[in-house]
Amino acid sequence: MSNSGEIWVIGEQRRGRLEEVSLELLSKGMALSQRMGVTLSAVLLGDEVGEAARELVFHGAEKVYLLEHARLRYYQSEAYARLLAGVIKEREPQIILIGATEIGKELAPRVAAKLRTGLTAHCIDLYVGEVDATPQLIHVVPGWGGNLVMHIICPQRRPEVITVKPGVLPKAVRAEKRKGKIIRVKPDVRDKDFSRIETVEVVKEPPKGKSLESADVVVCGGWGMNALGGFSKVQGLADILGGVVAGTRPAMDKGWVEEARMIGQSGKTVSPELFVSLGASGAMHYTTGFMGSKVVLAVDRNPQAPIFQMADIGIVGDLREVLPCLIEELKKERMPRKS
Amino acid sequence: MGLEILVCIKQVPHPDHFSEIRLDVGSGRIIRAGIPAIINPLDRNALEEGLRVKGRFSGRVTVISMGPPQAQKALEEALAMGADRGILLCDVAFAGADTLATANTLFYAIRKLGKFDVIYCGNETVDSGTAQVGPQLAELLDIPQVSGVQEVTFGDEKTLEVRRALEHGYMKVRLKLPALLCVTRDINRPRLPTVQSIMEVAQKEMIIWKAKDIEAPPESVGLKGSPTCAAGVYEHESGRRREIMQGSTEEKVQKAVARLKELGAI
Ligand SMILES: Cc1cc2nc3c(=O)[nH]c(=O)nc-3n(C[C@H](O)[C@H](O)[C@H](O)COP(=O)(O)OP(=O)(O)OC[C@H]3O[C@@H](n4cnc5c(N)ncnc54)[C@H](O)[C@@H]3O)c2cc1C
Ligand SMILES: Nc1ncnc2c1ncn2[C@@H]1O[C@H](COP(=O)(O)O)[C@@H](O)[C@H]1O
Repeated sequence: MSNSGEIWVIGEQRRGRLEEVSLELLSKGMALSQRMGVTLSAVLLGDEVGEAARELVFHGAEKVYLLEHARLRYYQSEAYARLLAGVIKEREPQIILIGATEIGKELAPRVAAKLRTGLTAHCIDLYVGEVDATPQLIHVVPGWGGNLVMHIICPQRRPEVITVKPGVLPKAVRAEKRKGKIIRVKPDVRDKDFSRIETVEVVKEPPKGKSLESADVVVCGGWGMNALGGFSKVQGLADILGGVVAGTRPAMDKGWVEEARMIGQSGKTVSPELFVSLGASGAMHYTTGFMGSKVVLAVDRNPQAPIFQMADIGIVGDLREVLPCLIEELKKERMPRKS
Repeated sequence: MGLEILVCIKQVPHPDHFSEIRLDVGSGRIIRAGIPAIINPLDRNALEEGLRVKGRFSGRVTVISMGPPQAQKALEEALAMGADRGILLCDVAFAGADTLATANTLFYAIRKLGKFDVIYCGNETVDSGTAQVGPQLAELLDIPQVSGVQEVTFGDEKTLEVRRALEHGYMKVRLKLPALLCVTRDINRPRLPTVQSIMEVAQKEMIIWKAKDIEAPPESVGLKGSPTCAAGVYEHESGRRREIMQGSTEEKVQKAVARLKELGAI
C-alpha cells in the first residue's frame, strides 16, 4: 500500500442515472481512502451526465474525472475500455473499484487486461490488512465448503482492479454540502473505436412478476425441496408471507425457479426484512446473496449445515413435516379465527 | 473456404458434488480429487454455437482447453459433439493461474494456431464464475468482444448483431469478425453426441502442448504470470443470532413464529 495514488470508483450511468452500485462503491472507497490517507475519486463516461457527476461528489468523491461526448451516450465496449485505460495510465490510481454489473463484468477485465494487471471478481468486502507483515488491500471473496471466505491480494502490480457485486455493500450517505472537483477530461474519441463494434440499442424491460430486489420477504428454496417434489410449498409459504419465491443454484438447475430468481454470487443479491431459507446447506456462494437481510429464518434437516451460522432463527427438521406445520401456524397468525 | 472457429472449454467439477469440495487452507486451491468432472455447462452452449455457425458457413471448429491431463476427456467429449480438433494446454508451468495468466496461456496457443474468425467462450464457469477469461483473452488478441450473449444474428459471413443481457433489459451490439463472444444458456440447446459422431472421435486430431510448445514466456503463465494470489481462507463471521428452536416440530415452529413476531419480521 502506498500513500500516494488515488482510489478510483468507476461510475456507471444508464440514461444519465447512476447505478446504485456506484454509490455502494463510494461508501467503501471513503473508508479505504481515509484509512490509507489518499484521495477518493470517481470517473464517469457518458453524454451530458453532469448531474450524475455531481451526485458522485454528494456521495463522497473528492474528484470526478468527467469524460463527456455524444458518442459515449451508451456504453461502447471498445471506446469505454480504451478511454478508461488511458486516464488510468495518465493519472496512476492504485486501486480501481468497478460494480460487477452486466456491463462492469465486461469492462473491468478489458481494462485490467489492457493494463496487464490483477483483477478480482465479485468481492463481498475489502479492507487494509497485513499479509506477511506488509499492508495489503484484502479482497474478500466467497470460498468453498461452508461459511468460509477467501482472501485475495494483488501484491505487486498497480493499479489493482476489483469488481464488487451490486447490493452487497451499504450505499454512501448523500450530502449536498460535500465539495468536490469535477475535472473535465476531453475524451479523444476516434471513429476506429466504433468500426469493429458498436452498441446500436439499449432496451429496458420491466421485470416479470414482483421484483425480487424490492420484496420485503423472500422465500428461497434449495435442493432439499426435492423431498417435497418441487416448489409448490415454497410458493405457498411465500403467498402467506406476502413474499416472493427464489432459489439456490440446484433449484434453478432443476427448473423450479427461473435464472433471474437465483440468489447468490452468480445470481441476485437481496436485503429483505425477512429471508427464509428452506433446504439449502448454506454455501458461502449462496449466502452472500442475502447477507444484508434484516432477519434470516432457516430450515434444514442437517444440524451441522452452515446455513445455521447464517441464520437468526433455525429450525432443524425435515421439510416434509416442518413446512406444512409452518404454513398452518402462519395461517393462524394471518387469519384471526372467526368467533 | 469457410470460417475458422475456436471454442474455449474448461473442465469443471460436477455441481451436484459441490458440497463435497473443500478448500486447501494453505494454498486456497480447491481439493477436487474423486469428484466427477464435466464440461463447464455454458461452454457446451459455446460449442453448440460454433457448430451451428460451421453448419451455416462451413469451416472448422477447434476446441481448446488449459487444464490437467484428465481435461483431455472434456475435449474428447467436445469432439464427440462434433468439433473437428482438440488442443490441450497441459503443463505444471500453467498451474496456479489466475484469470489473466489463463488468458495469456490461451493467447499464446492461439497465436501459434493462427487466425480465427470467431471465438466462443462460456459467459462464466460454474467453479470460479469470474466471467473474466473471455474478455481478457479478447483484449490480448485485440479483437472486439461481447459478454452475456443471448442471441446472434449473422448479416453476412463477417458482420453480426448480438443481443446481450442487461439488468432488466438488453442491448443490441453490432460487430465485425474476428470477434469473441461469451454466451449464456439462453442462446441454444446443446446437442448430444450421436453414435456416429462418437465413433469418429478416434480419427480426429488431438494436440497436447506444453509451455515451450506455445513459446509462452514463463513469467506470463501459471502462478508466476498471475498478478493476484490467495492469502488464506477464513471463517465468515455473520453476526447473526443463531438461535436454534427446540422441542417437537410444532413447538419449534411455534417458537420460531413467536420470535419472528418479536423481531418484527412478520
Ligand atoms: C463460483 C461459484 C458461484 C456460485 N454461485 C451460486 C449462486 O449464485 N447461488 C447458489 O445457490 N449457489 C451458487 N454456487 C453453488 C454453491 O456453492 C452450492 O453448491 C449451492 O448453493 C448448494 O445449493 P443447495 O444448498 O440448494 O444444495 P445442497 O448443498 O445440496 O443442500 C441441500 C440441503 O437440503 C437439506 N435437505 C435435504 N433434504 C431435506 C429435507 N427433507 N428436509 C430438510 N432439509 C433437507 C440438506 O440437509 C442440505 O443441507 C456457486 C458455486 C461456485 C463455485
Ligand atoms: N482453463 C481454461 N481453458 C479454456 N477455456 C477457459 C479456461 N478457463 C476459462 N475458460 C473460458 O472462459 C470462460 C469464462 O471463464 P471464467 O472467467 O472462469 O468464468 C469459460 O466459460 C471458458 O469458455
